[in-house]
Amino acid sequence: MIQRFPVAASILAALIAAAMPAAAQTQSVAAKPATTAKTWTPPKTAEGVPDLQGVWTNATNTPLERPQNLGAKEFYTAEEAAQLEKAAAAAAARAEEGRQTEPGTAADVHYDLGQFGLARYQAKSIGNPRTSLIVGPEGRVPPLLPEAQKRQADRAALNRGHQFDGPENRPLSERCIIQGHEGPPMIPAGYNANLQIQQGPGYVAIMHEMVHDTRIISTDGRPHLAKNVRQFMGDSRGHWEGNTLVVDTTNFTDRTAFRGSSENLHVVERFTRTEDDTILYQFTVEDPSTWAKSWSAEIPMTKIDARIYEYACQEGNYGMRNTLNGARTTEKEEAGKSK
Amino acid sequence: MRNWSRSLMIAIAAVMVPAAMQAQAYRAPRTADGKPNLNGIWEAMNTANWDLRPHAAAQGPVLSLGAQFSIPPGIGVVEGDEIPYLPAAAAKQKENFAKRATLDPEVKCYLPGVPRATYMPYPFQIVQSAKTIMLVYEYAGGVRTVYMDSNSKAPADSWMGWSNGHWEGETLVVDVTSLNEDTWFDRAGNHHSDALHVVERYTPRSADTLNYEATIEDSKTFSRPWKISMPLYRHVEKNAQLLEYKCPEFAEEVLYGPLRKKPAGSR
Repeated sequence: MIQRFPVAASILAALIAAAMPAAAQTQSVAAKPATTAKTWTPPKTAEGVPDLQGVWTNATNTPLERPQNLGAKEFYTAEEAAQLEKAAAAAAARAEEGRQTEPGTAADVHYDLGQFGLARYQAKSIGNPRTSLIVGPEGRVPPLLPEAQKRQADRAALNRGHQFDGPENRPLSERCIIQGHEGPPMIPAGYNANLQIQQGPGYVAIMHEMVHDTRIISTDGRPHLAKNVRQFMGDSRGHWEGNTLVVDTTNFTDRTAFRGSSENLHVVERFTRTEDDTILYQFTVEDPSTWAKSWSAEIPMTKIDARIYEYACQEGNYGMRNTLNGARTTEKEEAGKSK
Repeated sequence: MRNWSRSLMIAIAAVMVPAAMQAQAYRAPRTADGKPNLNGIWEAMNTANWDLRPHAAAQGPVLSLGAQFSIPPGIGVVEGDEIPYLPAAAAKQKENFAKRATLDPEVKCYLPGVPRATYMPYPFQIVQSAKTIMLVYEYAGGVRTVYMDSNSKAPADSWMGWSNGHWEGETLVVDVTSLNEDTWFDRAGNHHSDALHVVERYTPRSADTLNYEATIEDSKTFSRPWKISMPLYRHVEKNAQLLEYKCPEFAEEVLYGPLRKKPAGSR
């Protein structure tokens, strides 16, 4: 339910893109967000490194992968981008207004993110001229290698028919272990796409609203953890290249499975504060056991004047209890019928 | 020999420094903005998470784990040793203790609240800057931000509460409010209500130790405010870092075991 806005927006984006005259599409040389970076000097922390601190959102209507019909078109023109943004906001507003449920009834219980300024279409970073977050002419995640396809298929086969047997058959996010957007790489979440960056001498900490996971990145040049110590969020090491924080992450578990990845996933992220209220976040992922080549994306993050409140997941995970309880009840009912 | 000479030196030093001065004499290294530098990975070295009060060693709650998870003794961290419960609250603590194997929020991998997060047997890291100080706990990914530049209030109660901080000389003072009633202070069932108010004091006492104090106030549960105190020790080992301790899956059998399909399915 809560994903209604982004889904609607991306479908709309695809529709509009399809309707655009082909000429307009190929002509686009739209504003790359890079030019201001050269003249603007980011603020520094007391220790003298670029100051990335604050609360940021990476909410966006731009899909990770480019709609197929756009081909190699990497940017919308400014007019196209403005039109898309308007259309997305209008669609979201219509969806809210057009609700058919009667107020005060159980059926009317829904998230009204717009009311609190929390809907994606209200985020400042939403207007991204990119047609996809993935950069380059393809704009899509490369196809999975045969071994990665087999890995995925084997996993799915093991779980097939057992999806509701026990908690370990449910996805990691439902179990409050890790949310897919937390990464690295960090992908915009469907909602609550907020994170807080905190810096101390030799460290950059990134805390995600969902689920209060904090990645503490040391920048003192120490080596990665021992190879056998695997973590859902991997093991991150950072260093500064000019005004850019570069973060190298390895030591992932084979259960992290970022878009089908293996434990050999390797992520390099770059954080550059290009304006007072913007961090350009770029990442490259590679995994020779999953893709034939590396792929990269970039996502602008916008500073928001806000605080992050506690998102306790495990503590209120009635969903898991209800899911399993529902499955057991259904089984009992069906067993009763067949007698 | 080495231990002997070290003890002698400590003894001589102790004689030379007047007792009253010992606690206050230390001046911590400063951050670039001139505040005591508390950055680091810290951990308590006591058994307060088993019971804040003085306690002797005892058999653990799970007999099959034998001596491995039995209760280590402790001299206690409560000033005056007693927790001043109101009568009904004292009874509730006894009941909690009896049912601790299932009721302790730690069993369920729930966020520990304050002050318990500080003395759980896991490290935590202080990431300090001028306007905010982040406290990141290894256990369950607990985290809180201490706001140094405002006295704002939380919009709602939460597990880790709402922290506003300020400096008093060498001491970071953190005022913690909006804590919910669902956390415990320890595995012995010591508890509180949603009226809990905690004032923490972090004072550097040497390069690698802090003194931690927490004053606990909750008029629904206690007849007067009371205090715990303990040193915190810096992890000085090379390349020390917080690791993931994502415990939800360790608690699934406890929480959802009875709801599993029988016999268990494969996955």
